[in-house]
Amino acid sequence: MKPVQLKAEVMRNEKLSSDITRLTMMARDIADIAKPGQFVMIRPTSCYDPLLRRPFSLHQVTGDGLIEILFKVVGRGTRILSAVEVGEFLDVVGPLGKGFLDSSRENICLLGGGMGIAPLLFLAKWLVSKKTGDLNFNIVVLLGAATDSEILPLLDDFEVMGLNVKIATDDGSLGYHGFVTDLLSKNLDPDNNWIIYSCGPYPMLKKVAGISRDNNWQCQVSLETIMACGIKACLGCALPKSESMKLTDTQPYAHVCKDGPVFDAAEVKWI
Amino acid sequence: MDLKKAALNVNFGSLQLKNPVMTASGTFGYGEEFSSFVNLNRLGGIVVKGISLKPRVGNPPPRVAETASGMLNAIGLENVGVEKFISEKMEFLRNIGTNVFVNVLGDSVDDYGRLAERLNDTPGISAIEVNISCPNVKKGGVAFGTDPAMVEAVTREVKSKCSLPVFIKLSPNVTDITLTARAAEQGGADGVSLINTLLGMAIDVRSRRPILGNVVGGLSGPAIKPVALRMVWQVAKQVSIPVIGIGGITTTEDAIEFLLAGASAVQVGTANFVDPRATENIVEGLQKYLEDNNLSSIKEVIGKLIL
Ligand SMILES: Cc1cc2nc3c(=O)[nH]c(=O)nc-3n(C[C@H](O)[C@H](O)[C@H](O)COP(=O)(O)OP(=O)(O)OC[C@H]3O[C@@H](n4cnc5c(N)ncnc54)[C@H](O)[C@@H]3O)c2cc1C
Ligand SMILES: Cc1cc2nc3c(=O)[nH]c(=O)nc-3n(C[C@H](O)[C@H](O)[C@H](O)COP(=O)(O)O)c2cc1C
Ligand code: FES
Repeated sequence: MKPVQLKAEVMRNEKLSSDITRLTMMARDIADIAKPGQFVMIRPTSCYDPLLRRPFSLHQVTGDGLIEILFKVVGRGTRILSAVEVGEFLDVVGPLGKGFLDSSRENICLLGGGMGIAPLLFLAKWLVSKKTGDLNFNIVVLLGAATDSEILPLLDDFEVMGLNVKIATDDGSLGYHGFVTDLLSKNLDPDNNWIIYSCGPYPMLKKVAGISRDNNWQCQVSLETIMACGIKACLGCALPKSESMKLTDTQPYAHVCKDGPVFDAAEVKWI
Repeated sequence: MDLKKAALNVNFGSLQLKNPVMTASGTFGYGEEFSSFVNLNRLGGIVVKGISLKPRVGNPPPRVAETASGMLNAIGLENVGVEKFISEKMEFLRNIGTNVFVNVLGDSVDDYGRLAERLNDTPGISAIEVNISCPNVKKGGVAFGTDPAMVEAVTREVKSKCSLPVFIKLSPNVTDITLTARAAEQGGADGVSLINTLLGMAIDVRSRRPILGNVVGGLSGPAIKPVALRMVWQVAKQVSIPVIGIGGITTTEDAIEFLLAGASAVQVGTANFVDPRATENIVEGLQKYLEDNNLSSIKEVIGKLIL
């Protein structure tokens, strides 16, 4: 489906913590065609500084035309966006990129770290709606963050679907005290055939990719790079591909905005 | 007032553009990427990503960095190569109903000639734009675009190998851009386009490392517009071939400034990333500007700077 550019009215601006914002926008043409794992590019201002659009994963998409993004304030663009008011309009382009792919595996694990939790809610809803009636499937959700305030506001959204959610925090304020990746061996029976869907900081994804490879699990990761265009026009979002990918293709780089942001972990050259 | 719509068309010799608004190389992919945002048919022309004889893989990431009202890029001229371009991208481009300019780049004078020859035989191409901001591998890596003698030699070679109109795209990283512009004219160019990106740099103060994988990169966007405008004005006075103005053009007013300074057409680059509809908005804006000012043709704007 082709992406669109539209003016999206801000319907809700929720402060989930001191630096985490959730924006709900009316963007029917995007909501109608979006898939979990896809992203949007939003202009933080109509002026020319900061100049470029900012990429955000789709956090939730509803049947009545609403889209949501969840983000942390890390710089100027996100600070401006965190202060938009209900009724303002944002210039949004999307949905962009390739999202998560369905898998025939019945044991599904969603693993999110920090703001990487954002796309997993959309994914969880999609999986739950798809698998309803199929009694054999099993979904485990593992969420990690620096501290409890980054997870608590999101917990309900996962738990209302009846999902089994396990938590890890760096400071031990909620759930397991340590890395969310440690929860994989604690909660996943290695004899089962798992598909891991993951999004979060690069070092975390690298670890998830390694553990998945060692256990012969399928693994799809959502990656970030700096992006100027989001539509494969600038070629700025290059990501090194793994050696195995290179054999079939002379181009050593993938482009995250078009070939991703979701990749099979085996396609990525982890550095 | 005359009910006839004010005319936006411009001609470069035998080449006709329905309006003076084009896209800049490397910022518009191969056209198709923008087809869901822009009616490509409404543009004066599109310039595709720079093509070389062999595919190029480009530079290691990070390849882009945002700067004040602009951006740096060090893409490294990644492209699919001329053969794949012709077999995979031309089919779409032939059917969009606007002029297709193919931007080319090479390592040697000979490379440019061979590219021109290959493209000359390919139907659907309106003109060749020659990117001379690349190192001449045979001459110790000095950029072609900094040496007037090399600019003239490349122009002559390309002209001798094809019958298409040839535009030389000038580098701003020189002391006097009118020298390379005149060298292009001397070599037989049908026009010059300027400017390419300005060499720049950005550093991450926490890691103390350059932000770009390639350390340095090209600056583009609104930040470079005053420099580009000055260069276009200087060059337009010095050459009698058409000038295409490029550099930071984002709004209709930006485009009019370049036309007043002497550009016969403009290319929109970085602005496409900010607003994928930028080009079409400028076409509509120019139409309105002519009508609001009771002008019958865009030719009444070109070079009409009052000093
Ligand atoms: C496909 C994709 C999906 C994303 N989804 C989300 C999301 O759902 N929630 C969320 O909070 N963030 C997400 N990001 C990251 C988000 O785009 C950046 O945090 C944002 O662009 C920073 O803008 P800024 O102006 O606030 O920061 P800047 O002032 O531009 O930079 C501040 C810091 O953020 C880093 N940064 C800037 N741009 C990016 C980028 N594109 N990716 C990663 N780091 C960046 C810079 O290197 C710098 O260290 C996503 C990025 C991508 C590529
Ligand atoms: C990401 C990017 C890639 C570019 N690639 C090319 C290229 O392949 N060939 C070329 O001649 N110019 C290239 N340029 C330069 C632009 O065509 C243009 O000359 C320059 O960006 C100034 O215009 P702007 O400020 O409107 O972007 C590139 C610019 C950008 C930002
Ligand atoms: S962000 Fe421009 S090509 Fe991917």
